Order: sequence, then C-alpha cells, then structure tokens
Amino acid sequence: MRTKATVTIDGREVAINGERNLLEVIRKAGIELPTFCYHSDLSVYGACRLCLVQVEGRGICAACSTPAQDGMKVRTTTEEIREIRRIAVELLLANHDQSCPTCPKASACQLQNLARRLGIEKVRFKPVHDPEPVDRSSPSLVRDPNKCVLCGDCVRVCSEIQGIGAIDFAYRGHQVAVLPAFGKDLKDVECVYCGQCANVCPTGALTPRSEVEQVWKELDNPRKVVVAQIAPAVRVGLGEAFGLEPGTVVTGKIVAALKAMGFNYVYDTSFTADLTVIEEANEFIARKQAAKNIPQFTSCCPGWVKFAEQYFPDLLPHLSSCKSPQQMFGALAKDLLPAKLNVDRKDLVIVSIMPCTAKKFEAQLPRFQKDGVRDVDYVLTTQELARMIEEAGLKFNTLRPESLDMPFGFKTGAGVIFGNSGGVTEAVLRYAVEKLTGVTLDSVDFEAVRGEEGLREATLEVGGQKLRLAVVHGLANARKVAEQVKAGQSPYDLIEVMACPGGCIGGAGQPVYRDRQPRRLRTEGLYEADKMLELHKPQENHFISELYREELGEIGGERAHELLHTHYHSRRRIADTSLSLVDGDRSKLNISVCVGTNCMVRGAQTLLHNLIRHVEERGLQDVVDVKASFCFEQCDKGPTVVVGDKLIHKCTFQAACQALDEAVAVEPK
Amino acid sequence: MTSTPVIDLERIAEEYGNARKALARRITICAGTGCVANGALKVFDAFVEKIAAAGLPVVTELKSEAPAATAKPDGTLMSHSGCQGFCQMGPLVTLEPEGILYTRVQLADVDEIVNETLINGRIVDRLLYEDPSNGKRCKGTADIPFYVRQARTVLRECGHVDPENIAEYIHHGGYFAARRAWTAMQPKDICEEITLSGLRGRGGGGFPTGRKWEAARVQPGDKKYVICNGDEGDPGAFMDRSVMEGNPHSVLEGLMIAARAIGADEMYVYVRAEYPLAVKRIRRAVQDAEQLGLLGDNVFGTGQSLRCHVMEGAGAFVCGEETALIASIEGQRGMPRPKPPFPAQSGLWGKPTIINNVETLATVPLIIRQGAAEFRKIGTEKSPGTKTFALTGHVANTGLIEVPFGTTLREIVFNIGGGVTNAKGQVDGDGFRAVQIGGPSGGCLTQEHLDLPLDFDSLTGAGAMVGSGGLVVMNKSTCMVNVARFFMQFTQNESCGKCVLCREGTKQMLALLDDIIEGRATGETLELLERLAVAVKKGSLCGLGKTAPNPVLSTLRYFRAEYEAHVHQKSCPARQCKGLLGLTIDPEKCKGCGLCARKCPVNAISGEKKQPHRIDSSKCLKCGACEEACKFKAISWN
Repeated sequence: MRTKATVTIDGREVAINGERNLLEVIRKAGIELPTFCYHSDLSVYGACRLCLVQVEGRGICAACSTPAQDGMKVRTTTEEIREIRRIAVELLLANHDQSCPTCPKASACQLQNLARRLGIEKVRFKPVHDPEPVDRSSPSLVRDPNKCVLCGDCVRVCSEIQGIGAIDFAYRGHQVAVLPAFGKDLKDVECVYCGQCANVCPTGALTPRSEVEQVWKELDNPRKVVVAQIAPAVRVGLGEAFGLEPGTVVTGKIVAALKAMGFNYVYDTSFTADLTVIEEANEFIARKQAAKNIPQFTSCCPGWVKFAEQYFPDLLPHLSSCKSPQQMFGALAKDLLPAKLNVDRKDLVIVSIMPCTAKKFEAQLPRFQKDGVRDVDYVLTTQELARMIEEAGLKFNTLRPESLDMPFGFKTGAGVIFGNSGGVTEAVLRYAVEKLTGVTLDSVDFEAVRGEEGLREATLEVGGQKLRLAVVHGLANARKVAEQVKAGQSPYDLIEVMACPGGCIGGAGQPVYRDRQPRRLRTEGLYEADKMLELHKPQENHFISELYREELGEIGGERAHELLHTHYHSRRRIADTSLSLVDGDRSKLNISVCVGTNCMVRGAQTLLHNLIRHVEERGLQDVVDVKASFCFEQCDKGPTVVVGDKLIHKCTFQAACQALDEAVAVEPK
Repeated sequence: MTSTPVIDLERIAEEYGNARKALARRITICAGTGCVANGALKVFDAFVEKIAAAGLPVVTELKSEAPAATAKPDGTLMSHSGCQGFCQMGPLVTLEPEGILYTRVQLADVDEIVNETLINGRIVDRLLYEDPSNGKRCKGTADIPFYVRQARTVLRECGHVDPENIAEYIHHGGYFAARRAWTAMQPKDICEEITLSGLRGRGGGGFPTGRKWEAARVQPGDKKYVICNGDEGDPGAFMDRSVMEGNPHSVLEGLMIAARAIGADEMYVYVRAEYPLAVKRIRRAVQDAEQLGLLGDNVFGTGQSLRCHVMEGAGAFVCGEETALIASIEGQRGMPRPKPPFPAQSGLWGKPTIINNVETLATVPLIIRQGAAEFRKIGTEKSPGTKTFALTGHVANTGLIEVPFGTTLREIVFNIGGGVTNAKGQVDGDGFRAVQIGGPSGGCLTQEHLDLPLDFDSLTGAGAMVGSGGLVVMNKSTCMVNVARFFMQFTQNESCGKCVLCREGTKQMLALLDDIIEGRATGETLELLERLAVAVKKGSLCGLGKTAPNPVLSTLRYFRAEYEAHVHQKSCPARQCKGLLGLTIDPEKCKGCGLCARKCPVNAISGEKKQPHRIDSSKCLKCGACEEACKFKAISWN
C-alpha cells in the first residue's frame, strides 16, 4: 500500500500533491488564509506576514515560504496568530489614506476586506500617514502612493511577468516607496500601460484611469450620436462584477445596458477582428512568399507594440502593419458611419468597451487621429462599464438581452476568440489554411495553439510547407522570442504576442482576479461563444465581403491601407547610431553636437538647430555635415561639439561658427 | 600554460625572520582608525625623520631578499599596525625589543622618545599608561590591566603584524592552515573539524559554523560561493573593521579554508564603503595573495582555481542580513528574502553559498592550525573560543577587547574596562546602571547580570544577544527609555521596508516611546508597546526585524519601574527626558538681569528688574532658550 504525504491542518488531514508551499495546501483545504503579497503567478515574497501559521515543533512560520512536509501539524488560527495578524492590519491602516468610500478600489480592496474579516473596529496606533501627490500623468493608470501598502505585487508583476521593471522600491525606513525610476511620472518611464500592476494591487494604489465622467457627458448631449464597440473579452468578464460565474457570456445584456444608458448604436469589435484576420493573414502570406520580414509579429496588443517600439525598434518591420481591431473599428466608423447614420463626423462619438488599460493609451496616439480628432474618442474598461451600469441603477442580471446593431455587430467565431491567448493565431489559420490550400477546412479547431503556457509552439503542414507558430503571453516571454529574432535564430513564421497573462481576457480592465481560475473560465467562455456561432471563419462574414466590395476594394489595397494599416516608430531615447541631419558623407567636414542629457540641459538642442540653419544659410550643405550624437561623456563641460577633429567644450554658437570657418578654410575641396 | 610552483611558505617565513633579525629595533605605530584620527600617521613620519636626523639607520620596509649577514643587528624598522584596541589612549607607539608602550603620543613627543629611549635607553615616564586604580605607570601591555585580563587570540596579531605585509603574516604561521586544508584534508574532514570545535557564528545568531558548511558541502554542483560578511553596521561596533584593518590575511585565509570545505571556487568579501581602510587593506591582501600564487588557478598545487572579489556595500544596515547581502552583491536592492531556501542550498546567483562573519573566518585558521580540541580549551562548553567586543560608553577604558566566552560582565566592565565613569568622566564605584549588548538587536543587562558568564545562550536567555559584539556601559545618569528609543530610531531608519511588521511596527514603537518620553503616554501605551514589540519579534520576515524589539523588550523587562515613572508620574528618574522636566529659576542665583525673559519666545518669564524672575510653567514650551542664555546658571531642568 502506498502512503501519501499529508499535512494536518487544524486537525484535518490534507494530502500534499506537489503544491509549491504550505499556503497552497491550506487554501486547497478550503481555508482562505489572508495575504497581500502572495500570487500564484509571482515569486514568493513573504512580506505581508498575514499568512502566518503555527507549525508544531517550529513555531510561527509564514505559510507562503514554508514547504509542505509530510506529517506537519499546522494550526491556522491561534490567539497568538490572530494577535499578530490584527496588529499587522492595524499597522497598515495607521499608515493609510483612509478615504475609503471615495476610493476607486473600494469594492475590491483587500485591506478593507481584511479589516472587516478580522473584525478590526479600532486602530490602536497613531495615524502616521504623510500625504503624497497622486500621479495622474499616464493615459491609462493612476498611481496613488497614499494607498500603497508596499506589498510589492506590482513591482514583481512588472519585472517577472512583463520583464520591464517600470516601478520598484526606493529608499529605506519610513521613506520606503514604490516609484518609477527617479520618482518620474509614469508617462515618462518605460511603462507599457498593460495595467497588470493595477490588477494585482490589493488596494487603490494603482487603478485604471477612468473616463466614465466624459462618457456620461457625451450621452447627455442630444447633438451627439454615441456608438459603442465591445471587445471580445468583455463579454466573458463583465458578469463577474454582478456576481456571475467567470466566463458567463453576457453580450446581449451588455447591449441592453448600453442602450438603456443612452448609447445609440452598439457594435462588436469582433467584426473588425474578423477584418484584422483577413488583412493580417494576407500580409503574412505575402511576406512568407517573399521571405521578407518573417517571422511576422501580431500587432493587436498595444502593450506589446509599445514594448517593441521601446526595446526592439529594429524588429518593427516584423510587426504586422495592421491596426488593432479597436483602431480599425474607429477608423471605419469615423469614415463610414457619418454617411450611413446621417450624422456630422464631429458629432459622432466612438466609445470602446475594452478589457484593457493600454487601449486607452493606444486610442490617444497621434497616428490614430485625423485632423486632430481621435478615431476612438473614449475607452472604457470592463470595470468602468460595470460602474456605469451600477450608477444607472440597472439590475444587470435581469436585463433582457438585446441584439447588436448591424452591420458592424456581425462577426464569426474567429473574431470572438481574439480575446484569449492563441485566438489570433487560430483565427489567422482558419483563414490562411483555406487560402493557401484552396480546400475547405473540416474542423476549424486548431487545438495545438490553445493552452495556458506562456510560450507555446506549434508546427503545421499547410499546402506542402511547414508553418511554425509561436503563441506568447506575458512580455517577459515576448522578450525571449524577440531576442531570438534579433539574433537571427528564430525558428518561427508567425508569433502572436499578448501582453497580459491569458491574453485580453486577463486584461487589467477586467474585474480584478487573484488566481488563474477566472482566466481559465473566461477562455472557456470565449471558445463556447465561438461554438455557439453559426460561422467560424472570417471569410464567411458576408458583411466583411460587402465592405470590401463597396468600400475598401482589394484586400491590402490602397483604401484598406489608408483605413486599416498603420506604422510604428522607435521609442528609444538614445539611438544606436548617430543621426545624420544634413545628408551624410564621409568626405565632408563633420560637426557633431552632443545631445546627451547634460548637454541638452545646457542648450545643445538650440545650438544644433542654429548650426544646421547656419550651414544651410551659408550654402555649405555640400561640404559640411551636421549630426546629433549621443554622449561624449564630458558632461561637466557641455555642451560639447566636435568640428572636424576639434573638440569644443562649453561650446557657444559663435565658437562653433569660428571653428567651422577655420575648418572650411583648410578643408580640401 | 606553465603551472604555478607550489609556494614555499617555510622559505618565505624564514627569509622574513632573517631580514627582521638584521634590525635591532622595531617601532610600531598603531594605524587603526582611532589612532589615525588622532594623528598617528604624522607621528610615524616624524619618527622616520627624527631617527634619520639623529644619524641612526631606519627603514620602513623589510627587504626579505636581504639575508641576515651582518654580525650585529642594527637599525630600526618603522611599521604600521592595525588597531591595538586601546583606542582611547591613542596614538599608540610600541618599541621592541624593550616592550615599551607609549600612549597618546603627539608630534612634540617624538624628539624626546628618539633622544631619551632610542639614544640613551631611558624610558619617557610621562608617556606610559597610568593605571587609574593605583596611579602606577605601566611599561607595556604586560602590565596594563586592560590587556592583561584579555585573551587575545583572534586579535593576537592585530597590533603586532604589519597588515600590509604578507610575508610577516606567513612568518607568524599564516597560510599554513590553508595549505593544510587544501593539501592534507578532505572537505568533509574540514567541516567535521569545525563542527567538533563548536565554532559558532560571531555575526549575531551564533549558528554552528561547521553545520552551515556541511549543509553547503553536500549540495550538488560545482559552482559554489563563499562570502565574508564585513557589513558591520551596529552603532558603536568596530570589531570586524579592526580585524580587517589589523590582520586582513587571517580573514582571507579563513575564506580559503571555507572555500575548500564546501568546494567553492569564488569568494567575496563584502565590506561597507564607510570602512575605506578596511577595504584598502583587504584589497591589498587579496592582491598580495594573488601575486604569491596563493589565489589563482593552481591553489597549493592542487590544480584548482580560487578567486576573491572585494565588494563595497553602500552602508545599509540590512545588508548585514545574509539574504539581503546576497541581493546586494547581485546588484539588486538589499532586501532579505524568506528562508527556506537557505543560502547553503540556493544563495548567490542561485548557487550554494555560505556567508560567514569576519571574526568567524579569522578564527578558522586558528582551529585548523591547533585542532578543535585545543580550541575548545577556552570558552564554555556550548560557546567555545573567544569573542571580541567593542567596549564603549561610560567606562574608563574604551576600545576593542577580546575575552573567552564565559567571562563575566563584571570582569569586562570593572577590570578590563577599569570601572564605570560618571558624568565628569571619573571612575565611580557605585555608578553602574546597565550594559547594552548586541547593538540594535540586543538588549540591556543590569546589576543582577554582572556575574552572568557571557555566552550565546546565557545572553539570549537574559533577553539580550551577543550580536556582533557592541558593548555599551551606562551609568546612573542614563534614562533607559531613552536608550530603547535610540535603538528604535536606528532600526526604524534602517528597516528595508519590506515586511509590514518591521517597517510599520518600528515606526509605531518609536511613536509610542516618544509618547512616553514626552509625557503623552497613558496606561494603555505601555501595554500596546509591549504587545506590538512581541508581535514584531514573532512575526517579522528577517533576523533584523525579529530582533528589532529587543531593546524595548529587555528594558521593559528590567526597568519597568522606570517606564512606569514616565507614564504615571510623568517623571524621568534619570532626569534626562526634557519633556517631563520643567525649567525653574533659582532665586538665590538669579540676578534679575532679564536676559532670559527677553530670550523667551512665549513671554513665559516675568520679574522686576534686579529681582529674581519666575517661569510660568503653563506658558513654557521647554525650549531651553532661557537656560542657555542665563549667565549665572540660575536656570535648570528639574
């Protein structure tokens, strides 16, 4: 007989089945030990000291950092432990901005929840909280240090899952804080606005930035026609805010709620997801056949796009040039709907309902504006929509489902599964395989690309050639595959990247979740929704065929490009090579102006502009080459300028001109 | 490549000995931080100059190539030493072979020493140490109670050898133990020997060193690390600094033995950057050892490689905690992480790692040299060997001492320390109040503990700990609540901020202590302080958090009445807490000049001209401006 390893928890025997620590065994036994800093996706941190338990023979241990061992006897609620837990929570409350009723995290705040659970009626300690300014600089997130409990969850998710590290701990003792580098604003650091930090934040220290106010105002304006687009993942997430099981598909109720609140038309982002598939698959086939810019990266995730622009500017040609479904929708709607709905373009308001905080950032990018007007005017997260529904007093669960408006409300299953990791790849395959082989697919399910792993691979035989696919979620994983591409060692043809764990269904705009289960159920919900639809392949969407016929013309054609494709630019502050500002030629006299931070502060930029103008005015472009270059590391003597082989410290315009005259005089023509 | 020839330690030792014999006299100037601050380096230069001016041969460096061929030894060797411990009496100058120790030697004294002692062979009496108990002048360390009562083993060579001369270290038997460990012992044997010796970590917790090594030895994998923890950060503690400055090679030799014991090929010495001299000397030691081939690709002819890096820490107290120290070396923020896994399983860069304190490592060569049994002859059964302490506070002789474990507090304070001093600095037989031992992690001991034999376990039992060995003597003018507050302020500033109980708990303990000291406390304050202290002790993440409440808990335990006087009677028995005192004007001394009334920012002082003034206590802010202003010392706190 095989004996199983067990732990006795509060008198009950519980089997150990490879759980990574005692905490997971205890939770398996149905005891919800309190924690702030424990996440199954993140490394063990051991800082909140709330999961303390009494282990016989060892005393008090933090369950999160104690391995479960056979025969352990554990008590989870002794007087001693209750006392420490209560003191810990009271200590946090004493150093917390307790403006709880007005906190955006109010209903989901774990500190509030714990104080209630532990029956804390009075904080015995002195309030020691010093107010700090709130950072509202980012288009996607609000960082309120006054609510921070320093659990470090945000720090770890940003560095471990996303591989970025936009925020980290700083200072010691009572000054300890979680900050972007050098205390800068979030908008000035390498944050990609994925918002995963806000999802794991147990309090209101990091929250999605709300646009609810502005949307209500538009709805109240009789001149405006307000149009909503609903992203695929929203329909399997919103129900959780109203007590429904994660994964419950509530598309019809969302339409009903939006209409009840005054939205004029409600469409589906899955429609433009279908469109994205067709454009992106054709782009891929063309690249593959020309063997150019392969592997192709997907481009529908704005977090990933910003990540690539920051860290892999030389891979930008590998990104699909397709706009994301949100922006395709915005462009199409602003272009076609004024005529169709008989409304002035300026009175048409496009509101996206998204599972994502980075979509807020994406919607405000200049490249998605025309004549200063945004293609997508507002982006509401699933959470914000839930709040609007609550504010409107709608009983969500009893709403009678309504249908989406046509034509942009019509979609196939391909556009729906865009909402989970692997979905874009599968949708592209449903289209591309038929297109490449000319044979109709028997089964549209490509199980090989489904799953939970952060980096999945699949190889398919299509029309005699092998297609190698990678599906990635979490930007730390994306960094790995991108490094391979950069090194010229990527085995893949197509790489799908989603910043958030599980894809959009795990987005930071969704109702907050703490373990993997809601992600699983939401994914199942989307595959279920795909099954329930009649059509599964984008090429079967007759509204799309009609759109090409009547408006867009050819797939990937000029009009399609104008509306559906975009471009990217490097976000590197420091270019790897010097930038030639007047055409470069080695035989010319070179003038390099350092534009490193210190020289910049000392006026290098103005100096550079003046020199370029001076060269042009004197008509010296053919003999003089003016360049901006990065740091000469002579920062204390800036601005530093090199004219030919002469290095000038603390350079002025006059000094540079003088050196230029001297150099030009002796320069062999 | 050519292999490094096996180093002939015997030859180096002999050559050094011969070179040394060729010189008749050696003058050693203590170049520990304390003596250097008092001008020791200038004194050194003056000696070289004056001796030469007197026409006598003098050298500052031994040329070990020059064998002792001259018939009669001649000349003087001038050398620096590390800290000799008697910091209060520095700069210290030792003359050999006479064995004279001159104390507090100033530039102006050099001429006299050269003329009197060097030329005429007479002792300069006034520069000898005077035993305050009997007024007798002591010729050398052999007569000075501060030294006589100590058992200097780890520190034996500190103060005698030139810390920057590897040959001298070898001459005194250095690196023979390392050679033995690398060539004649198996790793398992070394771990066993250290376990047998009963050596316990000198850095704080007192964990058995042999067990730590064994745990790392049995880990699979061929990449392992050994780290020397030189991040001494306790206020008032300077034992590790003195060892690193005074005998850096002993630390390096200990590291080499540890590396052999666990199978490591890379070593780190982590020293705080605030110890520039220690950093310099350790670097020099590593460099010299590399040059000699002790470190490199063929350690003692074994064909194995061993490298040592010196890493400067930025001075965060928490980096003395081993997991935080590892994070710091890895370039991350120095914050402790939960254990397990222990560093012996997964440490630096995820590899098996052992971290030992400086003093522990400096003890290791002694054990390998003389054997575990010999080592166990000193100290107690469970705490064998000796321990260094930094003796400071209200005590006649402050400095660095080394005593066997089991020595009583009475011996240290009254015999080695020369007794407790009062506010005027005079020895006061009845002045003893308490001893704070173990720094911010330690606790206070009282009169009743004077005969307690000091070792790891007895101290823990009494609510204190050996810690790294800071020992602060306090006289009767000390307010124990204030002492607790001082340490709490320190831990609060130095908390890394990771775990809730330490970060927020120290902040609140400090606030509660402030309430007590400033007269705002109620009966609940004490209870809350005690409950909070217990919770922080039981629940914190790392060793520093778990011990942070010790100063509070131990003072509450032994000086509760003093806390209660602050809380209930709103009075400070030691009359130190100004928040509980009032300012009064002595009518006898007051001349009625009115200066105090003009200085008072709230017009709390009134009185007729040339008549005694009065302070209205209901208005008084207790700023003390009047007391400072009064020229007749008529205003006082009481």
